[in-house]
Amino acid sequence: MRWTSPAPRSWVCLSLLPILLLGQQQAQQTPKAAPALPAHVTPPVPTPSIPAPTPPSVAPRFLVVLDAAHGGNDTGARISSNILEKDITLSLTARLRSMLSAHGIGVITTRDSDVNLTPVARAETANRTPASACILIHATATGSGVHLYTSSLAATTPTRFAPWQTGQSAYVTQSLKLSSEIDSALAHAQIPVTLGRTFLQPMDSLTCPAVAVEVAPLIAGTSMKATPLSDSAYQRSILDALTAALDEWRNDWRQQP
Amino acid sequence: MISRAQRILFFAMLIAAVVMAVGLIRLRERAEDRMHAAQGPTEPVEQVDAPATPVTLYIPNDLDNTLAGAQRSLRLPQDDSARARVLLAALLEAFRAPQSTHRIGGASSSAARDQAAETLQPADIDEVYLMPVPQAAGTQTIPGKMAVVDFSAAFAQSHPSGVEPETLTLLSVIGTLHANLPSITRVQFLVDGRQQDTLAGHADLTRIYLASNNGRPGGQ
Repeated sequence: MRWTSPAPRSWVCLSLLPILLLGQQQAQQTPKAAPALPAHVTPPVPTPSIPAPTPPSVAPRFLVVLDAAHGGNDTGARISSNILEKDITLSLTARLRSMLSAHGIGVITTRDSDVNLTPVARAETANRTPASACILIHATATGSGVHLYTSSLAATTPTRFAPWQTGQSAYVTQSLKLSSEIDSALAHAQIPVTLGRTFLQPMDSLTCPAVAVEVAPLIAGTSMKATPLSDSAYQRSILDALTAALDEWRNDWRQQP
Repeated sequence: MISRAQRILFFAMLIAAVVMAVGLIRLRERAEDRMHAAQGPTEPVEQVDAPATPVTLYIPNDLDNTLAGAQRSLRLPQDDSARARVLLAALLEAFRAPQSTHRIGGASSSAARDQAAETLQPADIDEVYLMPVPQAAGTQTIPGKMAVVDFSAAFAQSHPSGVEPETLTLLSVIGTLHANLPSITRVQFLVDGRQQDTLAGHADLTRIYLASNNGRPGGQ
């Protein structure tokens, strides 16, 4: 059927209006007017409401994010003729993950294989988890010992929303404390440490206490004979110190604001 | 009949147009002067007959992650852009000194490094531009100038890769510019005329660095 003039349509609308109004009125009255019970029927005893289950007071899990720098086409520094930074950072990260797990510390890694990852993807992985520490592993052929870097961003107070490029600014104070913990542990292991601040991606976008750990060959004193990065004992001493520092950080990080 | 108000408005707009035209011509002349000044001393050896001026170069040390101030005497041109270029040419030349602990070049052995030092040409910097500090519309004028340092592609390729060496290079450039030309308060870095993410895989070049007296760079 097809209406050819507006008149029949308006009649139908007008005739439907009282029905619609009546239905609406009943719907409004329904919750107010309970049906009356017969006199001999006792009202049912209201059952006590079941309290909502309270979540168990479990302390937040201590999680560490490890970021093996570079990967895939991005080889990073050439450490020696046959060692690339991307390989040594992956190897160090895998060993550190194993050692931290043995100490009961939860670990999330940004990459587990030789793949290309953008700084944004790395920061997304880290920022998705409530990480208590983010460690960025780098390696270089210059300098001596271990270089610890924190962000050059000025410290700010945490806010609900922060620009992506400066997400780290609210965590700079904690990052400096974490850097200090790692510095102490490395000094205890008699590994020379230099401290610095820099602008580095993805560190500046991380919303967790973050430190870039750059491993360099070990040059003892004034001699130019260096212990190479490939030395397993040297690597082991660095990883032991990092594990000890993060174990110590586990006791301290809850006190952070 | 043209009313008096319309005539006044016409002449006011005419005067404004003339003033704006004169201003634009003056700005264009200044920009051309700056461009000629920047293009003038293309080679560091091309120096004016001015007396030697004592300058401070901040030379990095990779072994202890420090910058050491070294006094030199250089014949500096009058123009600030040209001065900045001469200063940075001298600074990067110091990186290649035999006793330098912040060597530019990929050679690993000392003999190979010496050879590389001889073969590297001092064309590490393509240009240094000085310009007013960029600022958002409606904000107060920011004092000082911004230096835009354009590294050559060869320099970036031969630069050691690492957080420490790259950061030290940037800090030494910023510190040297600010120490000798205090009006430079901000520094931006390009490579081969383009903005790049990093210098050699690490230090962030997408930011504008703040030059300050406390030795630590800020950024925007």
